[in-house]
Amino acid sequence: MLRLDHLVKKFGGLTATNDVTLDFPAGTLSAIIGPNGAGKTTLFNQITGHLVPTSGKIVFAGEDITGMKPAAIVRKGIGRAFQVANIFPTMTVEEALASAVSAHAHAAFELSSAFPRRDVKTRTEELLALLGMEPVARRISGEISHGDQKLLDVGLALALDPKLLLLDEPAAGMGPEERWQMMDTVQRLWKSQNMTLIFIEHDIDLVFRTAEIIHVLRYGAVLASGQADEIRGNPEVIEAYLGSETDATEADSREEPA
Amino acid sequence: MNLAHPFVRAAGLALVCFVLLIVLALVYPGTWLLDTLTGLFASGLLVMSLHLLVGYTGLVSFGHAAYFASGGYIFGMFLQTPDIVAAFGAWSVPVATLLALLGTGLFALVVGLICARLSEIYFAFLTLAFQMLLVSVIQGLVQYTGGDQGLMGGIPRPEFLGLDMVQVKDRFVFSAFLFLAGVLVIRLVTLSSLGATLRMVRDNEVRTAFLGVNTYRVKVLAFTIAGAVAGLGGVILAILTSAAYPEWAGWAVSGEAIFTIMLGGLHSFYGPLVGVVVMRFINDVTLIYTTHTDLAKGVAILFVVLVLRRGILDWIIDLRAARRGRKEDDNVSRALSKAGKEAEDAAS
Repeated sequence: MLRLDHLVKKFGGLTATNDVTLDFPAGTLSAIIGPNGAGKTTLFNQITGHLVPTSGKIVFAGEDITGMKPAAIVRKGIGRAFQVANIFPTMTVEEALASAVSAHAHAAFELSSAFPRRDVKTRTEELLALLGMEPVARRISGEISHGDQKLLDVGLALALDPKLLLLDEPAAGMGPEERWQMMDTVQRLWKSQNMTLIFIEHDIDLVFRTAEIIHVLRYGAVLASGQADEIRGNPEVIEAYLGSETDATEADSREEPA
Repeated sequence: MNLAHPFVRAAGLALVCFVLLIVLALVYPGTWLLDTLTGLFASGLLVMSLHLLVGYTGLVSFGHAAYFASGGYIFGMFLQTPDIVAAFGAWSVPVATLLALLGTGLFALVVGLICARLSEIYFAFLTLAFQMLLVSVIQGLVQYTGGDQGLMGGIPRPEFLGLDMVQVKDRFVFSAFLFLAGVLVIRLVTLSSLGATLRMVRDNEVRTAFLGVNTYRVKVLAFTIAGAVAGLGGVILAILTSAAYPEWAGWAVSGEAIFTIMLGGLHSFYGPLVGVVVMRFINDVTLIYTTHTDLAKGVAILFVVLVLRRGILDWIIDLRAARRGRKEDDNVSRALSKAGKEAEDAAS
């Protein structure tokens, strides 16, 4: 589904992405982990077209999308949710989702139909049910809980019926219990929507339980790739990441917004 | 015809208003109210169209008066050309109105294509710059525009469909038609799928782009529609005054339009219209005693910003919502205390 081919991104003297070659087969649920500054979000930004790689190729569904504009890449079927919930704060949850669905249904510039168009309304109701957000559907997006805002952000990406969904720390800034719930929801969405999903996460326990395939990044390069057991047993990973558990925890608390 | 459809309801409301205004014109004996309302129609379209940008798209334009003036000037210059009036005869006024609408829309499209590349304060200042440019052009092309003096000497307005623009009642009815048509266009835009896209851009432009929407196109489109409708407002004022002046494109007009929106309410569709009426009321009442009308308007705006902390209509809507909320709370507490009493009774 998605293949990164010898991807390199340099910011001046800093190499944020260092010769990354990764394959994400269709229908898989993969995680990207790594300490702070490992280049995880930079990788996402290149996939979605917000950064142009210095060299290398990004191939999505057999097509080279390297250097394409973000809007064009979205239309190819790559959706994305953000580390800090990126939503429409004055709209109700329902209205925000319907707007996203409407944009996907080529109605963004439509003057001839009242909002929301009937098909848009139907799809919006499906999404609300899928996300379990019916109870907050009429609330203002900017006023719902942080967890619900993160979920709405995922919902906005889902509204595009993506073939590939990228989630940048879907559980960031949540309490311990909420984090597990969020990852359960992510897993459920992935199963029900028949899509390829990649998420970035700090919490190793969450990753081991949720992801099928795990890629570990360090200093912009791939340190290891494999299933949970392989990663857990990999001496390099243990030394670089798992070994210094306290460092990782500290990095966690620094990166997450209060 | 589906009566529940929002478009049908909006059009129906406009039609009812139009009929009511015609009845008013027929029964009202004098001219004062009709001319006052005609003036309000003109500023109403200026402010309502600006609100489409400021309130619905999040684009604060400081140069919206340019399109208002453009409408008035195109209308007036067209009708002041004797050959054209001779050629179009009775159709001159409708054709001039249509040309003012399209010409101003084209003007706004060109400016929008340039301004929408920038955001926030840079956008605001560039719109202001284009407005100053228009003022300079009007003042410079004296032989066509009359320069500082404006389009003087009256604008010929041949009778059409039995309407004579020299008659107060007739021009009131035609202006009411233009005004309601303009407001209806804005209403339909806000109710349409495009309207939802405008609100997305207002709330979070970056996220909108992430949903695959070309936000530059959205902004240019909103700017063009708003400009064209403002031009219609200028046509109404040109009909009323039988003239057009360079001051119409001045920054003071743009500024007052923004203040009017703040005064009336930024978050409700009809808020700006309330602002227009209140502004005019303050203006006319103050004029009875003194010419310092701007001072009175300034005090009113300070009151609204500092005391109400939102526009007048927004304040009323919030007040009603709060009342309703309290009533529901009362009902709940009454139900609770009743349940408590029953429980006590049962226990005893």
